[in-house]
Amino acid sequence: MRASRRSSLAREQNLTAYLFLTPWLIGLIVLTAGPMLGSLYLSLTKYDLFSAPKWIGLENYVQIFTNDSTFTSSLMLTFKYVFLSVPLRLAFALAVAMALNKGIRALGIYRTVYYIPSLLGGSVAIAIVWRQVFDGNGIVNGFLSWFGIEGPSWIAHPDYIIYSIISLSVWQFGSAMVIFLAGLKQVPGELYEASAIDGAGKGRQFLSITLPMLTPVIFFNLIMGIINSFQAFTPAFVIGDGRGGPLDATMFYTLYLYLKGFSFFDMGYSAALAWIMLLIIGLFTAIVFITSKYWVFYGDSKEGK
Amino acid sequence: MAAKPFAQLVKHLFIIGLGLLMMYPIFWLISSSFKPNQFIFSEPGLWPTQVTLDNYINGWRGLQGITFGTFFLNSAFISIMSVLGNIITCSLAAFAFGRLRFKLSKLWFALMLVTIMLPYHVTLIPQYIIFNELDWVNTYLPLILPKWLATDSFFILLMVQFIRGIPRELDESATIDGCSQRQIYSRIILPLLVPALITAAIFTFIWTWDDFFSQMIYISDIKLFTVQLGIRSLFDPSGSSDWGALLAMSALSLMPITVVFFTFQRYFLEGIATTGLK
Repeated sequence: MRASRRSSLAREQNLTAYLFLTPWLIGLIVLTAGPMLGSLYLSLTKYDLFSAPKWIGLENYVQIFTNDSTFTSSLMLTFKYVFLSVPLRLAFALAVAMALNKGIRALGIYRTVYYIPSLLGGSVAIAIVWRQVFDGNGIVNGFLSWFGIEGPSWIAHPDYIIYSIISLSVWQFGSAMVIFLAGLKQVPGELYEASAIDGAGKGRQFLSITLPMLTPVIFFNLIMGIINSFQAFTPAFVIGDGRGGPLDATMFYTLYLYLKGFSFFDMGYSAALAWIMLLIIGLFTAIVFITSKYWVFYGDSKEGK
Repeated sequence: MAAKPFAQLVKHLFIIGLGLLMMYPIFWLISSSFKPNQFIFSEPGLWPTQVTLDNYINGWRGLQGITFGTFFLNSAFISIMSVLGNIITCSLAAFAFGRLRFKLSKLWFALMLVTIMLPYHVTLIPQYIIFNELDWVNTYLPLILPKWLATDSFFILLMVQFIRGIPRELDESATIDGCSQRQIYSRIILPLLVPALITAAIFTFIWTWDDFFSQMIYISDIKLFTVQLGIRSLFDPSGSSDWGALLAMSALSLMPITVVFFTFQRYFLEGIATTGLK
């Protein structure tokens, strides 16, 4: 009697759970899993949206890896963006969080001010402002001219435009800073007191206490930073000319993928680019995960005690 | 001891200085939007010598007879519908994951975690094909429907973690009082989930408002343009834009996000600190 009641309860819960999950399950199948397989299939075809996809096997991939200099250069450009902007943003975030941490007055106001760029930075409006900030007669060069340096037009020059895009990303360090501030609060004060008695200086404390205690936060920020930066689109699209110029200097990976798919309607090729991107992001995430056991320190693990 | 206040002062000055430097582009945007067009690039100072509202009046006229008023309403509609979709469907899924026992729950949960890390681009083209086949290009359905199918799984995770922090005794006593699972969701969990719902709502609003990429892909009819698309169309990369109007509308486009931020600031910064959003 009891057992059957319990099993009917379990059945009811099972049913309710699936009812609650219905929208998400439909989304997972129709908008995520299905399209993922769909794009894998399309990547093996030639497809222009207007006529039926034509099976061409691995030809898109062969073309991409052996005979597509734009692919190589856009990948290198995106790597450069990711590997400069993510560490710089984290370094800034950590430095300012350290400065704000020690019971400073008006912390709330400072935190808000530093967060505002993260809030607004993703918009088209700020990307347009950035174009002006780094233009030949923009603010940056105005600032440099105080020191007698005559800066180039950062936007027009293919060698420099990438740095103005990176600076836009670093400018938004506020969100990582807020996370670091929360992480710093978790570090027990006794650790600093004990180490001070043992004669550790500020630098030593930073390297031996603060940094290890923050590694879980750094780990999280690093992964999300890599994933998000790899997908950056709006800054490259708006600060550049929208077609990758000048001289492919703003041809980010996502922009190339977009142009292939939606300007040239080479959707099979674009799908192949998307799958390569997925694999690259997956690879980097895996590397960070696998190496994490050597550098991420979890205070509540066995070694901690 | 005498050195200490001085060191504090230096630190404050440094933090304020850096803060001002960071805010400078935003100040520049606001100040330039009130300057007559010919002074925007010739006058270096932030304080305009001549203040005008012409840029706002010219910019507001928009494109081809469609004013920015329409663009703002369109963006607001998309953002609000997305917010509703996300908080309803994500909280439903989160309740199931956080509280209910069901078959294959571990598998679905793992899949949900994986989808958080998936780049949008890997589903982009087939999604576009589906929406194109359904004749939904140039409607808002491709932008809103995904939110009603809980595809922003990040928020599910956020809410699951929040729900796990709600004591189970509350559910148990409600069950004894004869509440069904559905009633536990609506009467017990949902009211307590409000802070997480607000965090999800704010971020959905901002991300949707700023989501230039999907808006550009799905919307080309000017009557349906969003604020981001409107600004992008005013802007001509070759340099012949009406900069005054462009900057005025850019400044306006940042207003809704800023208002949301300052209204819900408390939830915002806590939300980021505890969950690591953006």
